[in-house]
Amino acid sequence: MLHYRLIAKKLFYILLFAVVSISGLRAQDGKALFQANCASCHNPIKQLTGPALQGVTSRVTDKALLHAWIKNNIAVLGTGNKYFNDLYVSFGKTPMNTFPNLSDAEIDAILNYVETYKAPTAAPADNGGGGTKDQENDNSLLYGVLTLILAVIMFVLLQVNSSLKKLSDDKEGIPAMEPIPFYRNKVYITFVVLILFVVGGYYVVQGAIGLGRTKNYQPEQPIFYSHKVHAGTNQISCLYCHGGAWESKHAGVPSLNICMNCHAAINEYKGEALHREDGTTVDGTAEIQKLYSYTGYDVKSGKYTEPGKSIEWVKIHNLPDHVYFNHSQHIRAGKVQCQTCHGNITEMSEVKQFAELSMGWCINCHRNSKIDFPDSTGAGNKFYSIYEKFHNDLKNGTIDSVTVEKIGGTECQKCHY
Amino acid sequence: MSDKKYWQSFGEFSESEGFKQSAQNEFREDLPMEASLPADKQGLLDAKTPRRDFLKYLGFSTAAAALAAGCEMPVKKVIPYVNKPDASELIPGVAGYYATTYISGGNAIPVVAKVRDGRPIKLEGNELSSFTKGGTSARVQASVLDLYDGARLHYPIQMVNGDPQEVSTFEAFDKMVGEAMTGLSGSLVLLTSTINSPTTKQIIGEFLAKYPGSKHVQYDADSYSGMLLANEATHGKRIIPSYQFENAKVIVSLGADFLGTWLSPVEFGWQYVQGRKIDAKNPEMSKHYQFESMLSMTGGNADDRYTHRPSEAGAVALALLAELSGGSSSSSSLSPKLKAGISKAAKDLAANKGKALVVSGSNNPNVQIIVNAINEAIGANGTTINWGKPIQTHAGVEADMNALIADMEAGKVGALLIYGVNPVYDYYDGEKFKTALQKIKATVSFNERLDETAELCKYSIPAPHFLERWGDAEPKAGHIAMIQPTINPLFKTRSFEDSLLKWSGNNTSYENYFLQYWTKTLGSTEAYEKALQDGVVEQPTVALAALGFNNAKVAEATAAIGSIKKGGNLELVLYQSVAMGVGNQANNPWLLELPDPITRANWDNYAIVSPKFIKQESIPKKYRFDLSKRSEADKFEVHPDRLVIKIKVGSKEISLPILPVPGTPDNVIAIAVGWGRQSAKPENTSEFIGRSVVGAGKNVFPLISFNGVTAEWSVSDISFEATNETYPVAQAQTHSSYEGRNEVVKELTLEDFKKSPNEILEEREEELKPYGGLEKFEKEGTLYGVYDKPGIHWGMSIDMNSCFGCGACVVACHAENNVAVVGKSEVLRYHDMHWLRIDRYFSGNLEDPDDIQTVFQPMLCQHCDNAPCENVCPVAATNHSSEGLNQMAYNRCIGTRYCANNCPFKVRRFNWADYSGADSFPNNQDANGVGHFDPVVFQMNDDLTRMVLNPDVTVRSRGVMEKCSFCVQRLQDGKLKAKKENRPLKDMEDVRTACQQACPSDAIVFGNVNDSQSMINKTRAENKQRVFYALEELHVLPNVNYLAKVRNTEKISESVNEK
Repeated sequence: MLHYRLIAKKLFYILLFAVVSISGLRAQDGKALFQANCASCHNPIKQLTGPALQGVTSRVTDKALLHAWIKNNIAVLGTGNKYFNDLYVSFGKTPMNTFPNLSDAEIDAILNYVETYKAPTAAPADNGGGGTKDQENDNSLLYGVLTLILAVIMFVLLQVNSSLKKLSDDKEGIPAMEPIPFYRNKVYITFVVLILFVVGGYYVVQGAIGLGRTKNYQPEQPIFYSHKVHAGTNQISCLYCHGGAWESKHAGVPSLNICMNCHAAINEYKGEALHREDGTTVDGTAEIQKLYSYTGYDVKSGKYTEPGKSIEWVKIHNLPDHVYFNHSQHIRAGKVQCQTCHGNITEMSEVKQFAELSMGWCINCHRNSKIDFPDSTGAGNKFYSIYEKFHNDLKNGTIDSVTVEKIGGTECQKCHY
Repeated sequence: MSDKKYWQSFGEFSESEGFKQSAQNEFREDLPMEASLPADKQGLLDAKTPRRDFLKYLGFSTAAAALAAGCEMPVKKVIPYVNKPDASELIPGVAGYYATTYISGGNAIPVVAKVRDGRPIKLEGNELSSFTKGGTSARVQASVLDLYDGARLHYPIQMVNGDPQEVSTFEAFDKMVGEAMTGLSGSLVLLTSTINSPTTKQIIGEFLAKYPGSKHVQYDADSYSGMLLANEATHGKRIIPSYQFENAKVIVSLGADFLGTWLSPVEFGWQYVQGRKIDAKNPEMSKHYQFESMLSMTGGNADDRYTHRPSEAGAVALALLAELSGGSSSSSSLSPKLKAGISKAAKDLAANKGKALVVSGSNNPNVQIIVNAINEAIGANGTTINWGKPIQTHAGVEADMNALIADMEAGKVGALLIYGVNPVYDYYDGEKFKTALQKIKATVSFNERLDETAELCKYSIPAPHFLERWGDAEPKAGHIAMIQPTINPLFKTRSFEDSLLKWSGNNTSYENYFLQYWTKTLGSTEAYEKALQDGVVEQPTVALAALGFNNAKVAEATAAIGSIKKGGNLELVLYQSVAMGVGNQANNPWLLELPDPITRANWDNYAIVSPKFIKQESIPKKYRFDLSKRSEADKFEVHPDRLVIKIKVGSKEISLPILPVPGTPDNVIAIAVGWGRQSAKPENTSEFIGRSVVGAGKNVFPLISFNGVTAEWSVSDISFEATNETYPVAQAQTHSSYEGRNEVVKELTLEDFKKSPNEILEEREEELKPYGGLEKFEKEGTLYGVYDKPGIHWGMSIDMNSCFGCGACVVACHAENNVAVVGKSEVLRYHDMHWLRIDRYFSGNLEDPDDIQTVFQPMLCQHCDNAPCENVCPVAATNHSSEGLNQMAYNRCIGTRYCANNCPFKVRRFNWADYSGADSFPNNQDANGVGHFDPVVFQMNDDLTRMVLNPDVTVRSRGVMEKCSFCVQRLQDGKLKAKKENRPLKDMEDVRTACQQACPSDAIVFGNVNDSQSMINKTRAENKQRVFYALEELHVLPNVNYLAKVRNTEKISESVNEK
């Protein structure tokens, strides 16, 4: 129970500190916009497929021109602008995507973010979750030691008690029975057996419940693909590759043409040294080469010379067949962050299963998570407008929020059908 | 006894040692164990390793292996595309929807195919079609399963001594056929089903032009030549008009099963119920008379139904015409009761001129001429009959076919190309066709499997399933339906059109031909693409058109009918069953297991007789029952074994089990066609036609009689002979009467409804009086608390006036919810798994076929808010949701079956065996372990067929209970869609159950009861007087309500039952 509560608390904090809500992009949210639209090709201070962006407002002082370029670079190139045409040539004539949907305010927000961006210093402090976990471990150790000490004290006291009883019996002349050594004492034996049964039973039950659960599963993948480099250092939006999560029940693994969008240009790794879990160093450039061998890409000619073949990634997060889980339900309707269930993915060089993916774990979150219920200002998902009762209860102050559980999120046929 | 000694050998004589030894060991022969062991293991069998050690090791290793295997999770791979096609609908896990068209012979129904991860898994009606209004039929719903039928021909073949041999490439096949077709001594003939596809017609035209002297013959197993010829005689055109049942206040059907199988049932079904839906404000409905020789599904829905002998069909039409033209039918030899019925119908028809319609199922041109005259007399021409938009699904006439057979016999046909027809099986003179076929030099079949005809052809090049190909159809003039592929062809198939194009020297592919044709016809690429997207191209509505009527042939027809011989003691009528039709989809497990709407039997055809029939003396005593006596009826119902009789039709004989069905005239036997598919060598049936179809019924097409012009589906003089054998007939419902318990079914007459619209309400009030009355019933009728449903409260309403029993919903439910098919042997044990069934009840005097009234009641989980099943589950595997769903958690279920026993509606289904193959160990369906499974179970579980499974629905394993979930996967999906779009749920749009979508008559309404604007709320409010809940007084508080059936008749028949 304690364990659950801790997890729940952790989830709650992560939820609270959730950086951005994916669908609720506000214009001023430059970081989110940058990650969603630009980060797959640009970094503020590093050159990727496209140039490093910091200082762009001083390089291109005409704001209108810069906006026009970002919205539709092809049109700007067409006007014969020298700066941009030179840039285009210097980046191997790789065309930039067009963003006709970005508003001026949004572009300003992105530019503002880019200009004020600072390289992340040192590793950020632990996300709080780890701390709680350590504490939990400490506690159990403490309890264990305490229990042991108490058990020893009890044993000593019992021995003392029996010795005293014997002494007093001797004194009163009651014939003493043949002294029984404690290891043949039936009381002790029963006691030990009982403890063994309880402790053994506990572990057996725990083991049985854990059957088929694969928390911390971290298989070796055909390519050392580092989420830390992609989603962490380069801040590529999760949805750039796992776009299925927005639409479908499956988040999906990107097809290789998605990888090649960037890696057609990025053919070597120059970042911080990469390490496997066991400490061995990984040659990032060699891993990129593996991608080329799968796609049949020839770096020298810049052409696909051989037919591509699929990469057989090892699936890490597996749910039983009788569970229906839908990614879009959670991230789009529920506005849950990827990290809530997948852990601090931006710090993982090799992905491992962060959550238990057990039913108790799901249910706990459903009990505690608040839904995007419309408030008095009208914000929130209009779907829930039909829950008249909860609207009234909120107004009356009978309840202060609506959880997933309240709208039936813990019922069997929400996930099993 | 003498002491004389006999001996066989000298050894025996002398009793030598050698002889004694050999006599002792006479039967002993050591197994050659030692010999089979390698040299270093010799002596192993003598080792001192006793059996116990062996068992110890075995036990240990099994336990260790189990432990090791059980604890280790299998490694699963996830494999993305290398280069994902640039199509937004290709997101794994998201279904795409493509408009296409169901094709079976000339019939075409526009549908939308749901494609999940590249596999079409469900067909829904296309609501953009004004032809079907989004309706489907059971056969349409089931056709997606045909796509994955492993018995389809996998590649082009050449028959060598009755053995199909693969032809490696299409080029090789073209070459082979090209050689066979050169230097033909006779003409080339294309024999196809009715072709109404504009492009195919054009391609055929071009092909015929390339081969001078060639011709095209169209053939339909269910011939409508009687109508075609009659219309030619009276209206000058050999066409079939379209019918507008919705405009008719009075409908008289002379043996036409227009809701089930006649002509265009999906279209007619929608039209028909427009006149049957009724509201209290304006309680009017159409009047439907049915005159027929057996109880058809349409007859079951009729207000007034009269039966006659098949041989009297013409006389009935004549009498009706006579009544209408002022004369009287008194002269005819019909029974007085029938005459009274005819004159009643005639009066109604005459009173509703221009708002009346008469249709006839007869294939006799003379009868149809009379029907045309009747329709002319009642002003149907141009009001309820539309000559402007002919129905083009059936164009074949027997004369063409007979001429072809004569040519074939005379050796005038050099090559015969057969596409989409199977005359060896379904022509009335299939034997003759078969013999003639063998005389032809080059025979090529394009049929999708090696059916009875294709296996006799020298070459077969299978055509793809309609879900794998391009195409178009025009089932009704001005209503074009487009076909587009929804999956890459599963097998090495090539479309008929592609072959014709190739063989006529045109190197365009059919796909391009099709594209060019429609781009040109529609004017632009955009229009073409829109047509593909919509799936239908419709001409603007044109006014109803009449066509001049020529009276000249009526007298002749009258005379011809007059000379029809009187029927004998016993007559035969053949019909198409709603599930099987003419047998095009015979190997479809969903259709095989779909209970017939009337007989409720599946997996077979049988001889339908009247209840009086099995009372007669010529039936052996053991099988003689008087069904009107309760005790005998019980005995009859308990055993599925039915007496087999030998039916003699002319020189032909057929043995079939008999099944008494109320409403059948006493001197009639009715048998369904479309069954009994069998290869020339019966042992090939399973491979050539299909695994499931083996042994399902008998073929009665050969019993069809020929009147010299057309084939008639009746024989006027037959005899029978009882045998000593029995044959089990599997029925999903054996008790046929609701015993007047109006807690289950409520019905009343239109007149009563007009007089006292609140009759049903009062009846309910009366029933609930002991528990607080209607008002207080919910709270006071129970000890349990009432739980509120914030937000959503799902509810369903089923209008019993609209439901006519077609079974489209039943098959749709199978497809949507991965419902298992169990096979005949399991249905016989009442182990059928239908989540949704259509109960059929009879009322009236069992022995009077005209008095029988039929009710169809779809029965599914009622999702009771106070569900008795939930209370008895020891593990809470079934419980209630806050949205009013009665939930079933399969993985929690331990299979006590308490819930099923406690369910008053008997809608829970238990997996008695591993029907789905879902259990984890491989030999779980081993016949030795779990009993006998029919081949169909294995067909449903092979990897190909499993592609039809809906990935959003769990496949249930052995030992768990299941039942209707209100399509919870669709509910969840609809809610999610609304949430994603940040809006409230759209009623009747976001969420529709599979049964609701499939229904051609919109009998089912589903939605959120909490939403005051929802259709379900409106339906319940507007029909307050007709709303009732099955077994309401039990206080189970169902979320499914029914709307009481109103009959436009004088009385509701009472069951006459001797206790």
